[in-house]
Amino acid sequence: MNDIIAPETIALRPDFDAIAAWIKPGAKILDLGCGDGSLLRYLRDTRNVFGYGVEIDDGNLLKCFNNGINVIQNDLETGLSGFESDSFDYVILSQTLQAMRHTEGIIQEMLRVGKEGIVSFPNFGYWKNRMQVICGHMPVSQSLPYRWYDTPNIHLCTLGDFEELCRQCNARILERRVMNNNRPVHFLPNVMGTLAFYRFERKGQ
Amino acid sequence: MQDSTSVGIVTPQYVQIDKPLQLKSGASLDSYHLVYETYGQLNAARSNAVLICHALSGNHHVAGYYADNEKNIGWWDNMIGPGKPIDTNRFFVIGVNNPGGCHGSTGPASIDPQTGKHYGASFPIVTVEDWVEAQANLAEHLGIEQFAAVVGGSLGGMQAMQWTLDYPERVRHALVIAAASKLTAQNIAFNDVARQAIMTDQEFYGGNFYAYDTLPRRGLRLARMLGHITYLSDDSMAAKFGRSLRKGELSFGFDVEFEIESYLRYQGDKFADLFDANSYLRMTKALDYFDPAAAYDGNLSAAFRAAKADFLIVSFTSDWRFSPERSHEIVKALLDNELNVSYAEITSSHGHDSFLMETPHYHQLVRAYMENIAV
Repeated sequence: MNDIIAPETIALRPDFDAIAAWIKPGAKILDLGCGDGSLLRYLRDTRNVFGYGVEIDDGNLLKCFNNGINVIQNDLETGLSGFESDSFDYVILSQTLQAMRHTEGIIQEMLRVGKEGIVSFPNFGYWKNRMQVICGHMPVSQSLPYRWYDTPNIHLCTLGDFEELCRQCNARILERRVMNNNRPVHFLPNVMGTLAFYRFERKGQ
Repeated sequence: MQDSTSVGIVTPQYVQIDKPLQLKSGASLDSYHLVYETYGQLNAARSNAVLICHALSGNHHVAGYYADNEKNIGWWDNMIGPGKPIDTNRFFVIGVNNPGGCHGSTGPASIDPQTGKHYGASFPIVTVEDWVEAQANLAEHLGIEQFAAVVGGSLGGMQAMQWTLDYPERVRHALVIAAASKLTAQNIAFNDVARQAIMTDQEFYGGNFYAYDTLPRRGLRLARMLGHITYLSDDSMAAKFGRSLRKGELSFGFDVEFEIESYLRYQGDKFADLFDANSYLRMTKALDYFDPAAAYDGNLSAAFRAAKADFLIVSFTSDWRFSPERSHEIVKALLDNELNVSYAEITSSHGHDSFLMETPHYHQLVRAYMENIAV
C-alpha cells in the first residue's frame, strides 16, 4: 500500500488542480492512460466525479486497485471501441498524448466518446528546449526528463502544433491553460510554457 | 500441513432443502440437499460472506484439507485462506456443490426418493439460473441476506454474473474470472464432442449405468482428455511436455510414447473414476445454455440493467476457451450501465486453467480488490 499517494500530496500537484478546475462536480469521467489512478482519485475526492481509468501497464493497474478507482486494462492504441459515443462528460488524456503512436486517432476517439476532451502535454516549444536543440542536443528537462534514446515520448509537439491538430480533427478549443514551474503563463506561452492544458469539444455541437 | 495460510482441517456440512426448486427447463426438484463448506467467521453484521461458485469439475471443497486425508486440498486453496487474496481472517467464505453435481449435493447419482433408485437419466437438466436459486436457498439457511462478494472462474463466473441479475440487492461485488456471457459455437462444439464420447460409450446405458453396476469410463475419460487440452495453451503444453518421449525413443506402436499422451491418459483415468458421467453431461449443458442476453434480443447491456453490484472482471491472455474478447463484452455491458467495474487482462501462458494458478500479479489484484471491500 506504499504506492498510494497521500491526498495532501496529490493536492500539491498543480497539474491535477488545473484539470480539476475545469471539471463540473458530479461529472462522468474517462481518464485515458490513468497511470496509478491518483488523478481520478483526486477528482473523485474533490469533484465527486464518477468514472473509469484506462491503463495498460500491470504495475499501474495494481496501483489503481490500491487507489480504489475503477480501471479498465486496455491498449489506447487500439481505440476506445469498448466505450459508447457521447457516454462521458469529459475524456482526459493527461501527459500521455506525446507517448502515443496513434495521436490523431485518440483525439478523434476522445471527441466521439466524450462531450469534452481535456489534454495536457509537455510543450516542446519551451525556450529552454529550443535552446538545447540549437546547441545540438535533444532537450532534457523537468517536463521532458528522458534522453532521446530511452524516451517513451515519440510525438512531441508545441502549442501551435497541437492547435493545428485540433483544427484538423474538427475540435473546437474551449479553453487553454499554460504553466511553467506550477505558475500560469500568459506572455508568449509557446515560448515560456512547459506544460499545456487544453479543453475542447467536437465542432458542430 | 502446518501452513499458516491454510484454513486447516475442514468438514463438509449438509443442508436439506424442502422448498421445491423450479428449474428453468420447466421441471422441478421437490427436495434436494446441498453439501457445502465454510471458512472464517461470519461477522455480527453478517456482512462479510463470500460465495465461491465452482466450475465444470469443481465442488464445495474450495480450501483447506480433510482430517482423514491431508492430501485432499481444496481446489482454490491458493486463493482462499488466512492472509490469502480472499482472506478468511476478514471474510466468511462458502463453497457449495451445485445440484446436479456429484460431490454430495443431489445429483444424477443420488437416490430419487420417489423411486428408491438412482436418478440417472431422469435427473433434470440444470442451469446457471437454477444453481443461483439453490445457492440463494443456502444463503437463507445460513442467515446471509447479502453477500459481500460472489466469486467464480469459468462456469463459476457465469454464476457470479447471474447472481447480480437475479438478486441485485443480495450481492455487493461480483468477481467474474475467465468467464463469458455466452459460449461461442466452437465452445459448444467442444462440449458436444465430450458429451458424445460419454453417450456413445456402451457402458452408459442411456444414463442408467448405475443399475448395471458399471461406469462409462471410456467416454468420460475421452471427454476429460479433450476438455483438458482446451484448458491448456499450445505454449504451456510445449513448455511442460514438448515432444518428450517416455522411453526416450520411438517404439513404432500405439502405446503411450509422448509424455503429453501419458499425462492426458492419466488425467482422463483419474477423472473417470471420480466424476459422474451424468453430472458431466449436465455441467456442459449449463455452460452451453448460459446466455443472459438471449431474453433481451442479444443485448447484454440490456440484460445487465438489473445489476447493481460492483464488478471485477479478469481474463487471461492465453485463454482461448474463454478469451479476453469474451470478457471485453461483459465489461462493455457493465460500462453501458455505469456500474463500478475494473478489468484486468492477466498475462499468463496457462490457458483457461490460468484462473486456478498462483500467478503473483493476478493474486495481487484480487487481494487489492478484496481489501477494498467494506464489511
